[in-house]
Amino acid sequence: MPPSRIPPLQISAFTATSAVGVGKAALAAALDTSRSGLRANDFGPKPLPTWIGRVEGVEEVHLPERLAEWDCRNNRLAWMGLNADGFIDAVAAARKRYGASRIAVVLGTSTSSIGETEAAYTQLVDGRFPPHQQRPKVHTPHSLAMFVQEALGLEGPAETISTACSSSAKAFASAERLIRLGLVDAAVVGGVDTLCGSVLYGFNSLELVSPEPCRPFDPARNGISLGEAAGFALLERGRGPLELLGYGEASDAHHMSTPHPEGLGAEKALDDALARAGLAADAIDYINMHGTASQKNDEVEGALVARRFPARTHASSTKGFTGHTLGAAGIVEAVISLLAIESGVMPGTVNTNTLDTDCGPQIKLQPAHGEVRYALSNSFGFGGNNCSLIFGKGVAA
Amino acid sequence: MNDAQTIPPRLYIEGPAFWAPTLPGWETASAAFRGEAAPVDPPAKRPSPQVLAPAERRRAPDTVALALEVAAAAVAASGRKADELPCVFASAHGDLGINDYMCSTLAADPTVLSPIKFHNSVHNAAVGYWTIGTGCMAASNSLSAYESSFASGLLEAAAQCAADQRAVLLAGYDMPAVGALGSVTTSRDLLAVALVIAPEPTERTVASFEWTLAGRTPAASQPSSAAALALKGNAMADALPLFEALARNDDISLELPVSAKLSLRLRLHPEARPVTQN
Repeated sequence: MPPSRIPPLQISAFTATSAVGVGKAALAAALDTSRSGLRANDFGPKPLPTWIGRVEGVEEVHLPERLAEWDCRNNRLAWMGLNADGFIDAVAAARKRYGASRIAVVLGTSTSSIGETEAAYTQLVDGRFPPHQQRPKVHTPHSLAMFVQEALGLEGPAETISTACSSSAKAFASAERLIRLGLVDAAVVGGVDTLCGSVLYGFNSLELVSPEPCRPFDPARNGISLGEAAGFALLERGRGPLELLGYGEASDAHHMSTPHPEGLGAEKALDDALARAGLAADAIDYINMHGTASQKNDEVEGALVARRFPARTHASSTKGFTGHTLGAAGIVEAVISLLAIESGVMPGTVNTNTLDTDCGPQIKLQPAHGEVRYALSNSFGFGGNNCSLIFGKGVAA
Repeated sequence: MNDAQTIPPRLYIEGPAFWAPTLPGWETASAAFRGEAAPVDPPAKRPSPQVLAPAERRRAPDTVALALEVAAAAVAASGRKADELPCVFASAHGDLGINDYMCSTLAADPTVLSPIKFHNSVHNAAVGYWTIGTGCMAASNSLSAYESSFASGLLEAAAQCAADQRAVLLAGYDMPAVGALGSVTTSRDLLAVALVIAPEPTERTVASFEWTLAGRTPAASQPSSAAALALKGNAMADALPLFEALARNDDISLELPVSAKLSLRLRLHPEARPVTQN
């Protein structure tokens, strides 16, 4: 039984910081000019031969004194992200309107502060963490949401969703339910993931990392480029110029690290998102695909888009701009979808030279301009965890 | 501006499931919480969940073994089909044994990192194995909220159940810190809990609850039995007051913290069986 249609929620503020720069303007400029933010891997002492989407300046971030105990790369990037596009001010205004306990924090991450835990393991004293690493709230997945909640002065429910690469997409779904049920009036959603040894060497051990900049949907694609990013959105009850219209969440029930061969979980997520939005597939103007440039993902997702959407739909993967930012991919690509609705810029697929033969006419290498009323964003993760989001142009507030 | 505040609908609990080495199963645990039985001695060995293929049972990380054991027990007790239930899995720290392996291997020689350990290191490994093992294609979630992980999982599952009017499986589990992580992360022992939350009562309903988010005026609920208090060192210990109340068929209000100043307030009513019409 498909889910019922849901009332739209307004997105009153949003921002993303990734390898292409801090905030929405840098992201929009990169998308409009097809400028990739990837660089040869220079992360860590003996960098693997791959390309990464590294955010410039994270090392120089100093958290304010009151937040100093949260210091680690992931929370520094979160802080950079929160300070872009007036996001902190927008949340402060919402806090005044609703009260601190009426705003939830729902954030996605795949590895949170594990980079700091990795660092602590290189600093052990008699097999124990040294004194400056005796920070139990940093060495745990919830570090991100606890830090952001404290940084924003919020007192509502706070949860960290960690379903690998669908994490920050699913944050929208969880927040929508809390708002619809009247448990909160607004929610800060989003996610942050940072480069660390676990993901670089981990994806390398699975032979999923490309030695070149990733090329989504290219017949010669040979793996992903890892990236890091922070992104946030403020969801509020009621209508607005930009709206969350629907979401779908589904499982592949197939394999831990390989997608379902026919994309059944992904298609179920798509169907549920369309049902909640009350839309048919042909209403979608722009699709931000998961498009990681792994052999299997692109094959399965390419076939799904080819069979479900009309030729006029503009679809692309933006992983070549930012790298695969894992748990942050959902929010970064939600922001890209919102920018497409706002500005009419539908990004292309950078680094890719030609399209694989099984891709449909929907997937575009070059950016295009046009009216985007409805945008779909796909995020699929390890464990067969799928989430699709639909955003739309709403009414002027 | 709080005119939109509403009371979320009453929900129903089926199939409470529990596993700790000293209380390996709901029957033992609930008797111990009522003071009618003693914890088992010697403690039980790690569970061996039947959801996994035999070869995978031995290799499964501790958190996967724990989570799948209680999830299967809850679904069986609810009389529902696992492949139809959306699932919310909650764990404060994820698999601390794998975290210790990943961090020590990265510190020593990152190039020898095991690909299987890596894909098992994702926080959603347990729910991933669950959906694969049961053929469940419904929504699945994996969340963490430090010392409020059970309460946050319960909030997530209750919200999903109420919003979609569909029964949801909730499982919560944590394990002891391993290796150097033990010098900073204090979780001890193994503890896992599960239950099914339904939008309507059935003959399997064991309790119903009204729920809301409330400022923290009353103190957080605490367990009181010796058997439950002995498990307080585990990071999933915020589940203990609810399971103790379910064991005792208590008609009680519970305050389960979901953040520093906010609680999930449950008004629990035992055995809300449907009224039979004659």
